[in-house]
Amino acid sequence: MSEAHHPAAAPPRAVPPAPDGDWPIATLTLRVNGQAHRLAMDTRTTLLDALRDHLGLTGAKPGCNQGACGACTVLIDGKRMNACLTLAVATQGQEITTIEGLAEGEALHPMQQAFIDHDAFQCGYCTPGQIISAVACIREGHAGSAEEIREFMSGNLCRCGAYPNIVKAVQDVAAKGGA
Amino acid sequence: MYDFAYHKPSSLADAVKLLAEDPDAKPISGGMTLLPALKHRLNMPTALIDLSGIAELRGIKREGDAIVIGAMVKHFEVATDPQIMAAIPALARMAATIGDTQVRNRGTIGGSLANNDPAADYPAAALALGATLITDRRQIPADDFFVGMFTTAMEPGELLIGVSFPIPEKAGYAKLRNPASRYSMTGVFVAKGPKGVGVGVNGAASCAFRQKEMEAALAANWSPEAVANIRQPANDLNSDIHGSAEYRANLVTVMAKRAVADAG
Ligand SMILES: Cc1cc2nc3c(=O)[nH]c(=O)nc-3n(C[C@H](O)[C@H](O)[C@H](O)COP(=O)(O)OP(=O)(O)OC[C@H]3O[C@@H](n4cnc5c(N)ncnc54)[C@H](O)[C@@H]3O)c2cc1C
Repeated sequence: MSEAHHPAAAPPRAVPPAPDGDWPIATLTLRVNGQAHRLAMDTRTTLLDALRDHLGLTGAKPGCNQGACGACTVLIDGKRMNACLTLAVATQGQEITTIEGLAEGEALHPMQQAFIDHDAFQCGYCTPGQIISAVACIREGHAGSAEEIREFMSGNLCRCGAYPNIVKAVQDVAAKGGA
Repeated sequence: MYDFAYHKPSSLADAVKLLAEDPDAKPISGGMTLLPALKHRLNMPTALIDLSGIAELRGIKREGDAIVIGAMVKHFEVATDPQIMAAIPALARMAATIGDTQVRNRGTIGGSLANNDPAADYPAAALALGATLITDRRQIPADDFFVGMFTTAMEPGELLIGVSFPIPEKAGYAKLRNPASRYSMTGVFVAKGPKGVGVGVNGAASCAFRQKEMEAALAANWSPEAVANIRQPANDLNSDIHGSAEYRANLVTVMAKRAVADAG
């Protein structure tokens, strides 16, 4: 796919019209990457689906959809969590950070740069979750040794097997003073 | 998922009332087990009662010779709480091995105990330490609480509000993690405390259980050698693609030895 298919920040899509069924709809405010969004959605909507389908933030990825692969990892009040196992309605009043919220304008976050420098991905599908998780891993103080990084990054699977280079990227950022 | 209404009460009384009014409503704490079940349409609650806004379910406190942990306390809090690390370090170490960081940041001790997954970690600790499960209407000893696979002594609409762990003299834990899911293939928690010696086993059978032969042996001689020749019968243990009942029976002995060594 060309770059054009991956705009850095897709314009938010319009809120889908309320479905004509009679299932419960929640009106809620999501705070994502420092911005508040007033939205209406089915109470069943996961945070992952809210981010992707209601806000057009497609960085967090659906992988297993059961909390096992970590491709959907986001920060909620600074803590990494699986957006696929979090109801959007349950995150009101909390601050959500996605991969789209890491860079400062055109300047990549050090962890994003380190993933490029260390070739820490192949297909890239798990990468947004890996990067968010890696940032939290360093902030938690769990990036001491390669072994510790592997243990505390175990919630993020990479089917391409880029683990050795992911560990190097995390070590690099940790050594340069953190995330 | 089937559709459901969503309520987030801010008091225990309101949550109990909502559950009493609607027998098909279900509490949700971390959602780490309930949401996957709902996605598979294994459950059809009319409403989810989110327990995360209830202050009475939070907090870790020392009460006399026990550590009392609120139902909504997350696994990462158990793993890092200074009071638990000082009083029952094996419990903190156990919590640190549950799933992965993302799971530990949302999953709660109350949700895990109420769910009673055969491979969940905490039930073995509750049994070995002689914990008391505190609900909105009564106190249930751990021995009576874990009834069977995904089944507890709680009645429909009953809410777990916390768990009280007597502080042991010594305690240790060892498990063999399934390398992919990281759930326990078999784990053993051992404790020597005010109520005597407890040995709790998870992952091996349809429900966590106490290994009483090992308890007697450890009461006489607290050392890994004391359990080294005790064989767990394989009859009632799980056999699946990950391991046979005989393999798990052997793991009970191996993990018990390691748990005693871990306790020191
Ligand atoms: C990828 C992954 C790996 C995991 N690995 C492990 C592991 O290694 N070891 C382990 O032990 N667990 C593991 N788990 C399970 C995890 O620990 C869950 O957090 C736990 O089993 C359920 O807790 P919860 O707070 O998420 O509960 P929920 O999913 O919210 O609820 C579980 C059930 O309990 C009921 N319930 C919740 N709270 C209460 C209450 N206060 N009173 C009455 N009923 C209540 C709910 O109605 C529901 O039926 C894993 C989960 C995932 C997704």
